[in-house]
Amino acid sequence: MSAARRPILPVILALGLAVALAFLVSDYRLFQLTMVLAYAIAILGLDMLIGYTGQISLGHGAFYAVGAYTAAILMANFDVPYWATLPIAALICAGFGFAFGFPALRLGGLYLALATFALAIAVPQLLKYKAFEAWTGGVQGIVISKPDPPFGLKLSQDQWLYLFTLMVTVVLFLLARNLLRGRIGLAMRAVRDHALAAEAMGVDIALLKTRTFALSAMYTGIAGALGAIAVQFVAPDSFSVLVSITLFVGLVVGGITSLAGAVFGAIFIVFLPNIAENISKAAPGAIYGVILIAFLYLLPMGFAGLRRRVARPGATAQPPAQALTPSPGTPSPGKSAAEIRIKSG
Amino acid sequence: MQALLHQIFSGIATGGIYASVALALVMIYQATHHVNFAQGEMATFSTYIALTLIEAGLPYWIAFVITVAISFVIGVVIERVLMRPMTEAPVLSSVGVFIGLLLIFNSVTGWIFTYTVKAFPSPFPETSRFLGGWASPHEAGATAVTLIVLALVYVFFRFTKLGLAMRAAAFNPVSSRLVGIHVGWMLALGWGLAAAIGAIAGMMVAPIVFLDPGMMSGILLYAFAGALLGGIDNALGAVIGGFAVGVIENLAGAYLVGAELKLTLALIIILAVLILKPAGLFGRAIVSRV
Amino acid sequence: MMRYPVFTAAVTAAVMALGLAAGEARAGDMPGVTATEIKIGGTMPYSGPASAYGADGRAELAYFKMINDQGGINGRKVTLMSVDDGYSPPKTVEQTRMLVEQEGVAFMFNGLGTPTQTSVQKYLNMKKVPQLFVASGADKWGDYKHFPWTIGYQPSYRVEAQIYAKYVLKTKPDAKVAIIYQNDDFGKDYLNGVKDIFGDKYAKMVTKDISYEVTDPTTDQQVVTLQASGADTLMIFATPKFAAQIVRKVYDINWHPTEFLTNVSISVGAVLKPAGVEKAVGIITGGYLMDSTDPAWADNQGMKDWLAFMDKYMPGADKTDGNYTYGYAVAMTLAHVLKECGNDLSRENIMKQATNIHALEIPVLIPGITVNTSPTNFHPLRQLQLARWNGKTWERFGDIIEGNGS
Repeated sequence: MSAARRPILPVILALGLAVALAFLVSDYRLFQLTMVLAYAIAILGLDMLIGYTGQISLGHGAFYAVGAYTAAILMANFDVPYWATLPIAALICAGFGFAFGFPALRLGGLYLALATFALAIAVPQLLKYKAFEAWTGGVQGIVISKPDPPFGLKLSQDQWLYLFTLMVTVVLFLLARNLLRGRIGLAMRAVRDHALAAEAMGVDIALLKTRTFALSAMYTGIAGALGAIAVQFVAPDSFSVLVSITLFVGLVVGGITSLAGAVFGAIFIVFLPNIAENISKAAPGAIYGVILIAFLYLLPMGFAGLRRRVARPGATAQPPAQALTPSPGTPSPGKSAAEIRIKSG
Repeated sequence: MQALLHQIFSGIATGGIYASVALALVMIYQATHHVNFAQGEMATFSTYIALTLIEAGLPYWIAFVITVAISFVIGVVIERVLMRPMTEAPVLSSVGVFIGLLLIFNSVTGWIFTYTVKAFPSPFPETSRFLGGWASPHEAGATAVTLIVLALVYVFFRFTKLGLAMRAAAFNPVSSRLVGIHVGWMLALGWGLAAAIGAIAGMMVAPIVFLDPGMMSGILLYAFAGALLGGIDNALGAVIGGFAVGVIENLAGAYLVGAELKLTLALIIILAVLILKPAGLFGRAIVSRV
Repeated sequence: MMRYPVFTAAVTAAVMALGLAAGEARAGDMPGVTATEIKIGGTMPYSGPASAYGADGRAELAYFKMINDQGGINGRKVTLMSVDDGYSPPKTVEQTRMLVEQEGVAFMFNGLGTPTQTSVQKYLNMKKVPQLFVASGADKWGDYKHFPWTIGYQPSYRVEAQIYAKYVLKTKPDAKVAIIYQNDDFGKDYLNGVKDIFGDKYAKMVTKDISYEVTDPTTDQQVVTLQASGADTLMIFATPKFAAQIVRKVYDINWHPTEFLTNVSISVGAVLKPAGVEKAVGIITGGYLMDSTDPAWADNQGMKDWLAFMDKYMPGADKTDGNYTYGYAVAMTLAHVLKECGNDLSRENIMKQATNIHALEIPVLIPGITVNTSPTNFHPLRQLQLARWNGKTWERFGDIIEGNGS
């Protein structure tokens, strides 16, 4: 992650191809790609938290749901244009993330993972709650309309939405890249790798962690809003705990601290269920599980790990790995999740 | 007043379910310092094995013992075959493997045994209206079984050499290896024991909630809550935590927030406890070395 | 490190290429139809939390295999593409669009679930693709004015609840009613049905209504609370596992209300046997499908045919699972519609035939109950017959009751 001079050409080529796809493939494929982009943003948000500061969250589906519902409620009840719902969803989710970041400060490792997991499970229940029903539509959910292209552009709705989402994705990825490459990203990784040392160097750990939580929730919330606009529907059943698990799988498969990994992870979670189903209708879940495990065997560091290996043959793709709570049996002692947790308690 | 007592009793009975699963979670945490998300699905699978054996005509307790043994072997095999190659991988990937396992077990269970709800026999007498109907004989019996398993686990970890070695292997693999402990086999043993305890929990739970492939998914969350409340490194604490969650959930549902938000409230209470006492009510705080 | 955008692009491009190769929708007046084949689509929860209902889709696939073995319908093979949506609305949207836009199916058939099908209802109606016989008891599928391309199938939950409420008013006007329902669209529809009939009297007659979540391990707390409310009548609007728990718990705590049970959960094998057949004696329900585990149908020809079908086309499947009976019935109804279409398999005509069914008898429906639709009636099944559990079988009583729909 230290390479300062990065050839700009491949990035432009990839972007050009992404734009070109809008005119090459069917509307259905564009819908899938729009979902890929939305998930990529969500996974990037999750990565900031897990990959960069080492706080494990299994509940980012909650923020994804809040973002989605924010967009849907604003569009259906207040006639807010779809693009204007994104900043509002971002703000609201950042607020939630910040608020959740405080208790999270006290919960390290495993405990945080389970607390966020619980949050994810509670979400559908809260979305259904009577008091919010006037807005959330209760168990029935909210149906919204797909936006038309602006300025009389001769595009289909799917083409426009794809291009719009692509634009948002590019902006968010650029922002993330600059942020994570800079001083703040360095501080985040320092906190992850050695909190005490980071503190001694003058990093305000509490502030950094809560802010990261807010930022992470914000990204995931924007993704949720984009996803809702693409799907044109939100309901409590859309946001079961599986969403959180899926995002987590996307991150693990893509590999942490990697922008390209986030995109790859998103491609994986969008297309793998279809592949699994084509192999077996009797037990698609089992096929999904087998492919997931097989993938992690081949690439324990995810896609990003492969990339690092390809880029620097010989180097054993280690940088972020040992920081993240080594498994038992690993030669490096100390620093297990439990112990990190106890320190902050 | 009577209704209140009834809610408390019913909560204790349900809490017994959470306690038994929480115990299995503590077991694997003690032995491997992982929380296995597939634990519930594995226990469900084991319970189906037991049902198959019973339907094939075996007496209950023989089927029980065989199931526990098979589950132990499955646990060991999973560790040796699936988890072993992951030891060098980051912990995130291990969690990914757990998720994969969860999906596989859930899907395969449904595929082999169908999704139809099935009754599971209880080894305890079927005299209904036991204790005025406040708890069924099975609920009382299941609680007793949980307590017996708890006692065994306690004795095993506290007083046997093997138990000590297992704790050491999980706590500090490097030093353990230096003093001649087979760390790898200790981990496998931990997986086996956890799977066995999970199977017992499954067989105790199934008569109460009925058996289907998703049987454990709801329970597992409450069991996590119980284990966290009591302290995930403390078997007794986890069991007490399990019972406490059962009672809290019932009282909250009946008197405080209604059934719609009882899960949410239970989680908030647990979160609050964790914030005040991060290691759980009975957990030990370990001082980190710098 | 520098190469990754290219790699990503390559992966994306590869994925796209696959997509392009899969083929685009065929144009023409009869999409999805060739001289030898009609292609239809459906989404089912083969994975995820509602996997139990996947049996419905498997039964349909088996049924059309049988039809095709017998030479198809009007000389055409029926190809049902039944795909997994995991009971997740975003996935339903994706899969439905795949079937309509990539595979070019003629129409969507028996997609399962209220939230999932709601997510594609607007899309399908805008595209004028028939959304036939939605597998959900929500009332909204009969809204022919707003959604002329959508039609439901089974009696709506709401109508069923109305029938129970009317029965209570007639037989026990001063009843004190307790209600337990699943906290989702399914349970809420029942609750609304009861409210429709009780109206102003709801607050007075219903001592307590309480919900449970599908994630709740047990429903004991709710049952105990309901008993404490002093009710003498209990309405159970729960899915099979929870229904079995509730029936058993009510008996075990020595409470003896008059019980009504949703017909979603009247399977002898999956609910009453697990709960204990003696604990369920006296429960009232309103059914429309035969239950294969009910000895009353042992000599019924329709049931025998179904059993033969199961043996031949779904060997090893669990015959006590009512989803197989349901899937068989709805597939048979579709086969009737396609037959009536003759050679005009345009979407317009398919919709026309689906909404002009008159007194169609389906052998696994309770005798006397028939499928009826018209351009102003998009509720194909709206009849029920009350039945009481006598410990061995559902004893039907009273006339066949016709609900109004909404």
